[in-house]
Amino acid sequence: MSQFLEKIKSFTLWELLVGMKLTGRYLFSKKVTIQFPEESTPTSPRFRGLHALRRYPNGEERCIACKLCEAVCPALAITIEAAPRADNSRRTTVYEIDLFKCIYCGFCEESCPVDSIVETTLKNYHFTQRGQNIMNKQELLAIGDEFEQDIARDKADDAAFR
Amino acid sequence: MAEIHNYTINFGPQHPAAHGVLRLILELDGEVVQRADPHVGLLHRATEKLAESKPYNQSIGYMDRLDYVSMMCNEHGYVLAMEKLLGITPPVRAQYIRVMFDEITRILNHLLWLGAHALDVGAMTVFLYCFREREDLLDCYEAVSGARMHATYYRPGGVYRDLPNKMPQYQSSRWHNQAAITQLNDNRQGSLLDFIADFAQRFPKLVDEYETLLTDNRIWKQRTVGIGVVTPERAKALGFTGPMLRGSGIAWDLRKKQPYEVYDQLDFDIPIGTQGDCYDRYLVRVEEMRQSNRIIQQCIEWLRQHPGPVLLDNHKIVPPSRVEMKGDMESLIHHFKLFTEGFCIPEGEAYAAVEHPKGEFGVYLISDGANKPYRLKVRPPGFAHLAALDEMVRGHMLADVVTILSSQDIVFGEIDR
Repeated sequence: MSQFLEKIKSFTLWELLVGMKLTGRYLFSKKVTIQFPEESTPTSPRFRGLHALRRYPNGEERCIACKLCEAVCPALAITIEAAPRADNSRRTTVYEIDLFKCIYCGFCEESCPVDSIVETTLKNYHFTQRGQNIMNKQELLAIGDEFEQDIARDKADDAAFR
Repeated sequence: MAEIHNYTINFGPQHPAAHGVLRLILELDGEVVQRADPHVGLLHRATEKLAESKPYNQSIGYMDRLDYVSMMCNEHGYVLAMEKLLGITPPVRAQYIRVMFDEITRILNHLLWLGAHALDVGAMTVFLYCFREREDLLDCYEAVSGARMHATYYRPGGVYRDLPNKMPQYQSSRWHNQAAITQLNDNRQGSLLDFIADFAQRFPKLVDEYETLLTDNRIWKQRTVGIGVVTPERAKALGFTGPMLRGSGIAWDLRKKQPYEVYDQLDFDIPIGTQGDCYDRYLVRVEEMRQSNRIIQQCIEWLRQHPGPVLLDNHKIVPPSRVEMKGDMESLIHHFKLFTEGFCIPEGEAYAAVEHPKGEFGVYLISDGANKPYRLKVRPPGFAHLAALDEMVRGHMLADVVTILSSQDIVFGEIDR
């Protein structure tokens, strides 16, 4: 009997029809895709995207040129030069990140003792000119200034875990 | 009389079915393959050599990039080797997190494999369904480590951070109104564990769907049954591991045979095939996804009941927490020391292997007592499988080469390293 049933199933293309039923159901069900530029998938506060340099609330830059991030960077993407500022505090004169070398491992942020260098949740960026991949100190600080609220919120979210 | 020559064709390196950058020289007699000569090395990045010039921790991120579809399992092998030499054991919670993410990685890998394999054989739909599920798992990766693929999450002595207690949410837009967004965010209300639990609860049904489309399908069977048969004896002789070996009917799984982390306390089965053909390897991998799902559910159960540390408290190896570092001079010194020089591993050598989704992924580490490895050797499972390609495709048709190649689950990141 079961052999007979198998024959019938085989003759009527049963397993193909069952498969078609499944795909047919998805054809009419709700789509799981989203419309990218106008909406995006949720981003975790831990997301490691574009870098930024932060400032203290009084406007003073956090970075003290300890060069831990430069030392820990596996991709050697960070270049720092330091000199005493006019008020004798130690600051960076050059702080560059080459985003083509960076592997976004997050070690710079992990190492920074003053929470200065961070990886933000920004992920949609591009370069149009040769050389734009090297972010200098001003550009990094500008990103930090623009998104300070988001950065502070994300870091606060994650503070308990670090 | 005219002499008949075999025809030699070049398959790859830029071919969608070559799974990356494999160049195959195929000698054909009509449409029957007489000889296959895989040329490897097009993705060689000298990871092993690179690791010799960096403090131990800095190479973790490069391990992700070996087999770039099962990232955390690669890290696991490397981290285990270091822990073996250091003589440390991570906290139990960290071990459970590692096991859970190893299994998530296994599902990620098998989903990609299933989609690509089906696509190679000619079924488009499964690929889309598999990637839909991968999206959820990659969200887990992102939630826990901050990166969707190259996680850099495992550390000697545990894992970097504990699991987050909330998930990011979708925002409404003109494409999705508030009601639709509420529905999308339905499984994102709780913690990451709740999100994974929801996935694990849905997943077996989804595997059933893939099986509906493939397992009984006559086209699928005609393309895979009896193709690329490897006998158990040959499979052992050729150095197969993982699903390739189990597909040939040998119940060898490092998670059972040499349990590491907490695998000996978890309940799961290892599926094996009977024929050793492409169809059996497909069935084995599909069943492995179900078993991984079981392991994940057990890990969630345990992790919910046992909060605790996920990193060792040994500040000669593990950097102190940020609060400690900012408040305590000695911790700050440890922090600076660990992020500049790193830690030194006592002189010696160790081999640590994990059951990677593709087979036995081993890391052989030699230390001369410095803060970087003297030598690091990676044993990639795919290399042995690819080396057997010639034997497996001989006498098969040209179209079967693609089926056999993709049933081996080849990824060039690990083969070329």
